[in-house]
Amino acid sequence: MVGSKKFNFLWIAFFLGPGLVGFTIFVLIPIVTSLYISFTEWDLLNSPVFIGLGNYQTLIADPDFWMSLKNTVFFILGYLPSVMAIGLGIALLLNSKLKARTFFRGVYFLPVVTSWVAVSLVWSWLFNPVYGLINYFLSLVGVTGPNWLTDPKTAMIAIIITSVWKDIGFIMVLYLGGLQNISPSLYEAASIDGANELNKFWKITLPMLQPTTFFVVMISLINSFQVFDQVNVMTGGGPGNATNVLVQNIYQSAFNFFEMGYAAAMSWALFIIIFSVSILQMWGERRTKI
Amino acid sequence: MKYIGTTIKYLLISAGAIIMILPFVWMISTSFKSGGATMVFPPQFIPDPFVSDNYVTVFERFPMLTYLRNSIIVAIFTTLGTILISTLSGYAFARMQFRFRDQIFLAYLATMMIPAQVIMIPQFILLKNFGWIDTYQGLIVPGIFAVFGTFLMRQAFLGIPKELEEAAFMDGANHLTVCFRVILPLLKPSLATLTIFTFMQSWNNYLWPLIVSSSREMATLPLGLALLQGQRDTDWNLVMAGVVISVIPILAVYLFAQRSFIQGMTMSGMKE
Repeated sequence: MVGSKKFNFLWIAFFLGPGLVGFTIFVLIPIVTSLYISFTEWDLLNSPVFIGLGNYQTLIADPDFWMSLKNTVFFILGYLPSVMAIGLGIALLLNSKLKARTFFRGVYFLPVVTSWVAVSLVWSWLFNPVYGLINYFLSLVGVTGPNWLTDPKTAMIAIIITSVWKDIGFIMVLYLGGLQNISPSLYEAASIDGANELNKFWKITLPMLQPTTFFVVMISLINSFQVFDQVNVMTGGGPGNATNVLVQNIYQSAFNFFEMGYAAAMSWALFIIIFSVSILQMWGERRTKI
Repeated sequence: MKYIGTTIKYLLISAGAIIMILPFVWMISTSFKSGGATMVFPPQFIPDPFVSDNYVTVFERFPMLTYLRNSIIVAIFTTLGTILISTLSGYAFARMQFRFRDQIFLAYLATMMIPAQVIMIPQFILLKNFGWIDTYQGLIVPGIFAVFGTFLMRQAFLGIPKELEEAAFMDGANHLTVCFRVILPLLKPSLATLTIFTFMQSWNNYLWPLIVSSSREMATLPLGLALLQGQRDTDWNLVMAGVVISVIPILAVYLFAQRSFIQGMTMSGMKE
């Protein structure tokens, strides 16, 4: 179509070249290098020493690794069901013929566009045990609020509450999209058959939302295994190790203790966990369909 | 009966909205309080005395202007670079014929499954070798090649019928004209989504600057804000003033382009 073969090659090089070179240098090579680093012991000062699967063996026996995995799972168990239930609830409310619908949607989405750092700082202040708003509200109903972020029993709960608050709008928007794809005729038919609202929810809405739910669980799981910003700003993994999650652990190993090899091995462990959970979920999804 | 249902709906949705808004109100209210007024019980919603000094003090006590400048520079250049690279690559993958095209694109997609934490350690080492630690290049360049942009633009290009460009090629146009003059004007919604999404991600990013910036001179706003927190005592009125300053630009963009924001977030399925 356009000129000779050589000329065509130049065009392809012009369009694809910059992206492909950058992709190779900043994405592809780092991935491969990361795998290699994970087989070495490297403090960045001396040259890396190849130790084979040594880091992975250490990792399996390392109580700190399991502790950070446990903390991450605890975070997910608290965060995921809450954010999904509330997000879906708000979406259902907003999906009806409501005045100021766009306004409310905008309000719920507000925290999603705000940075994790800003949100974490505001909530750290809200959770202030003496002058914070939350313990003030608790005192109004006669409850003495805990030392949220400095008490190992409540620190993770505070982080979960903050995270749920920030992400409700995100989940809501995904569910609103899903709800719009359900044909109104289904509800009309059900009404004729005498179904009540609750019946319609369990028999129509929830099953029809199955693909959205699948997507929401998948995305949220992937994101929440990588939870970091709010933890790093609000507690730094503390008190003690109460909120030390996987990525906080990786970050500290790499950039505070300069154990590059071990940190890389942990990051691959994180990949394997995320990958297996995704595969499991996809398999589960397929099974329920049949 | 229907009437009661609607009322309950409004009550629930409004109660929720208040919970969503309250932290923002508290943030703004604190930023106008004197140091003493942050430490009273019960807490004040309307600051007494009402002071705006915090917005001056936070610039005097901390290099806020540097943080602000760095954030603006990094966000703007990351966005421009991402748009350019994503448009060029997206066009190549959607509209050009070359060997291994689909295999290369599959490789792009496959890397999207790898969490950022896997890549960050070698990226840090790479940047160290380039001498890019604590520089704008280090903060900006790696982010430009995020695969998501290329993926989004490829999809956008695929959505445009080929007849359009065939006519242009007949008239003697080249790829550059076809891409930027003929097709791109039709892709404004996708471009807007990509622009806003990239800008927001870059503006809000914490982990990457935390790794790349080692001095206050190269810290971006999120990093600088995290540094405002004291070891023992935190001047919450100052911190909240800083947070308000960091949040205003992104909220302003959000108010003007709500639709693109929401679209961008749902399409990517990613949060920062």
